[in-house]
Amino acid sequence: MSTAVVEAPETIEPAVSKAIAPSRGQRPWTFYVLAGLFTLYVLALYGPMICIYILSFQDIRGGLVFPMKGHSLHWFVDLFTQARTGDVKGSFDRSIKLALIVTVITVVVSFLAGLGFRRRFVGDNAVFTMMIGSLVAPGLVLGLGTGLLFQALGLNAAWYTSALGAQLSWTLPFGVLVMFAVMSRFNHAWEEAAYDLGASRWQTIRLVMIPVLAPGLVAVALFGFTLSYDEFARSLQTAGSLNTLPLEIWSMTLNVTSPSLYALGTVTTIVSFVVIAVGLGTIVLIQKRRGGGSAHG
Amino acid sequence: MKIERGDIELAGVCKSFDGVSNVVDGVNLKIADGAYCCFIGPSGCGKTTILRMIAGHEDPTAGEIVIGGHNVVGLPPVQRRTAMMFQSYALFPHLTVRDNIAFALRVRGMAKADRLRAADAMIEKVRLTPFADRLPAQLSGGQQQRVALARAAITEPRVLLLDEPLSALDEQLRVQMRQELRRMQRDLGITFIHVTHTQLEAIALADLVVVMDNGRIKQAGPAREVYAQPHDRYVAEFMGGQNVLSGRVEKVNGASFMLGQAAPGAIEVPLRARSSLGIGDKIDIAIRRDDVALVRPGGALPTGCSTSLPSRVLAIEYQGYFVKVMLDTVPDDEFVAYVPEKTFFADPLNVGDVVVATWPTELARPLA
Repeated sequence: MSTAVVEAPETIEPAVSKAIAPSRGQRPWTFYVLAGLFTLYVLALYGPMICIYILSFQDIRGGLVFPMKGHSLHWFVDLFTQARTGDVKGSFDRSIKLALIVTVITVVVSFLAGLGFRRRFVGDNAVFTMMIGSLVAPGLVLGLGTGLLFQALGLNAAWYTSALGAQLSWTLPFGVLVMFAVMSRFNHAWEEAAYDLGASRWQTIRLVMIPVLAPGLVAVALFGFTLSYDEFARSLQTAGSLNTLPLEIWSMTLNVTSPSLYALGTVTTIVSFVVIAVGLGTIVLIQKRRGGGSAHG
Repeated sequence: MKIERGDIELAGVCKSFDGVSNVVDGVNLKIADGAYCCFIGPSGCGKTTILRMIAGHEDPTAGEIVIGGHNVVGLPPVQRRTAMMFQSYALFPHLTVRDNIAFALRVRGMAKADRLRAADAMIEKVRLTPFADRLPAQLSGGQQQRVALARAAITEPRVLLLDEPLSALDEQLRVQMRQELRRMQRDLGITFIHVTHTQLEAIALADLVVVMDNGRIKQAGPAREVYAQPHDRYVAEFMGGQNVLSGRVEKVNGASFMLGQAAPGAIEVPLRARSSLGIGDKIDIAIRRDDVALVRPGGALPTGCSTSLPSRVLAIEYQGYFVKVMLDTVPDDEFVAYVPEKTFFADPLNVGDVVVATWPTELARPLA
C-alpha cells in the first residue's frame, strides 16, 4: 500500500481580491443628492409646460386655470376654425418659412465659416470676437436697433427682411460655434488624401467634406431652425405688420382668454419636437450607416 | 509631359516654415527607379517634410525635385505620378472599402461600372474581397492598411510614398505587414519611399537607407552599409548595434593608431581611409557589439585581439539567440557585448563579475 502524502498547498491564496471584484455595493449618498436635484430640475423645467399641455385638452367649459373641466379636443378645433383667436395659420406659415430660410442661410454660412477658419488669417480674431458680440448682445435691443435702422433708411420692416436679419444675428454665431466643434474632429488628412488622389477642391468638398460633416451640418440646421422658430426678442420690433408665431402667441395672451391659447402651445411644442426628432434621427441614421465603430478583428 | 519612370533626384532641397530655420536643409539625394528607400531619423528631423514635398503636399523653399527626369515642383500629385499613404491611412470614413479604392477613378470621371470593376480587381490583389462592402471603421488595423495601399496603388503611380505606415499596428502585425509592403513593391515594380523612426523596419525593407538629423542627410546607402559601416557617432548610435568610444590619438604607427582614453589601456585601431590624423586629435571609434568577446581575467586573448579593457558586468539580458551583457568599460558611454547564447552559457557570467572586453583589432572602425 502506497502511502504517498499529498500536502495541501497552504501558501496559495484564493484569487479573489477586493480590488479586482466589481463594486456591486450601495451607491454613494452623493448619487441620491444629485438624483434628487436632477428630478427637481426636470420638474421646474417641464412642469409649467406640462400644465399647459394638460389644460389644452379640456372640453368646452374649460378655463385658464386648474381644475380640469372634462376632456376633449375642442380647443384644438377652435384654434383652427375661429378667427377671433388671431391669425394662427398665417403666423404659423410665416414662422415655418422664416425658420427654413434662416436654416438654409445658417447652414451655408456656418459651413463656409468652418472652412475659412481652418487656417489662421489676418483679422480672424476680430471676426470671431464680433461674432460672439452679436451672440451676447441683448436681443430686444438688437431688434429695436434693427427696426430703427430700417425706419431711418426708409425701408419697411417685414418678417422676410428685417426679422430675417435680426434672427440671423442670433443663429449664425451659434451655427458657426457648432461648426467649429464639428470641424475640430475633421481629420485634415482626408482632404489631403482626396487631393493626392486627384480630386479638385470642389470634388473634395462634395465627395468628402460634406458627407463626412453631414451629422454636424444637420446639427447646425437643427439649431438654426429651432432658434428661429421660437425667436421672440429680436423679432418683436422687426417683424413688421405681420406676426410670426411667437409674436402671435404673445399677443394672444393679451386678448384671448380661452384654452385655445394652450392648445396652440401644445401644437407648437409638437412641431418643435418633431423637428428635433427628425434632426436627431437623421444624425443617428447617418452614423448608423457608417457602422459607428463596430470594429472587427 | 508624362512621367514614365520613378527615379527621383532631390537637388539642394530646403524647406522653411517660418522663414528663419530650415526644417529641411539642403538635401541632395538620388533614388533609383523601383528602389525601396527608407528615410529614418528621430521625430522632427525633416523626414516627413521631405516625403510631403516629393508628394506635392508642400512646396520646397529652395531646390529642385526631379521625378522621371522632370522637375515636378508646383505640380499636383497626380501629375507627378506619386501617391501617398498617410500615417493614419486617412480612409474616407463614409465610403466602403470598394468606394474608397475607386475614389481616384471616380474623380477622374470614369464610368461607375468600369471603376468598380477596377476597384474589385485591386481589392482581390490585396486579398480584401470579403470585406469590399465594409466601412473603414469595421476593419482591423492591418486591413485598413491594405485598403490604404490599394487606394494609392489604383492611380498607377510611379512612386508610392508611405508616411510611417506601420506605426499604428501592433508588433506582430508590423512584421507581417512589413513583408507585405515589400511584396507589393516587387509586384508593382515602382519606387517606394517609406518614412520610419524604427531602424529595424528600415534595414529589413530598404535598398537605400537614408539617415537624417536636423534636416540634413547624415548617411545614405544600402542597409548593410549604413548598419555595419556608420559614418559618424550619430548614425552609429541611431542605427544601434555599435559601441562608440571616444578618445585622443596617442600614437600613429603605420596602418593603425592608438587611441588613449579615460579607461585604462590604449585601443589599437586600423587607420583605414583616415590619413590626416595627428597626435592628440579627438576621435570616435565604433566596434560592433557582436564583435566584442569577453574573457575572464587571466585568460588568453583570442588571436588577432590586441586591446583588452577590464570591465565589470552591470546587467545581463537574455535575448534568445544572444545574451546582451552591459559593461562599465568606458565611463561615459554605453558599452555592450552581444554574446552568442551557447558561448555565454558555456561559462555564464553574473552581474558584478570582472571580465576583459576585447575584439579583433581589424574590426574597430574610426568614425568621422
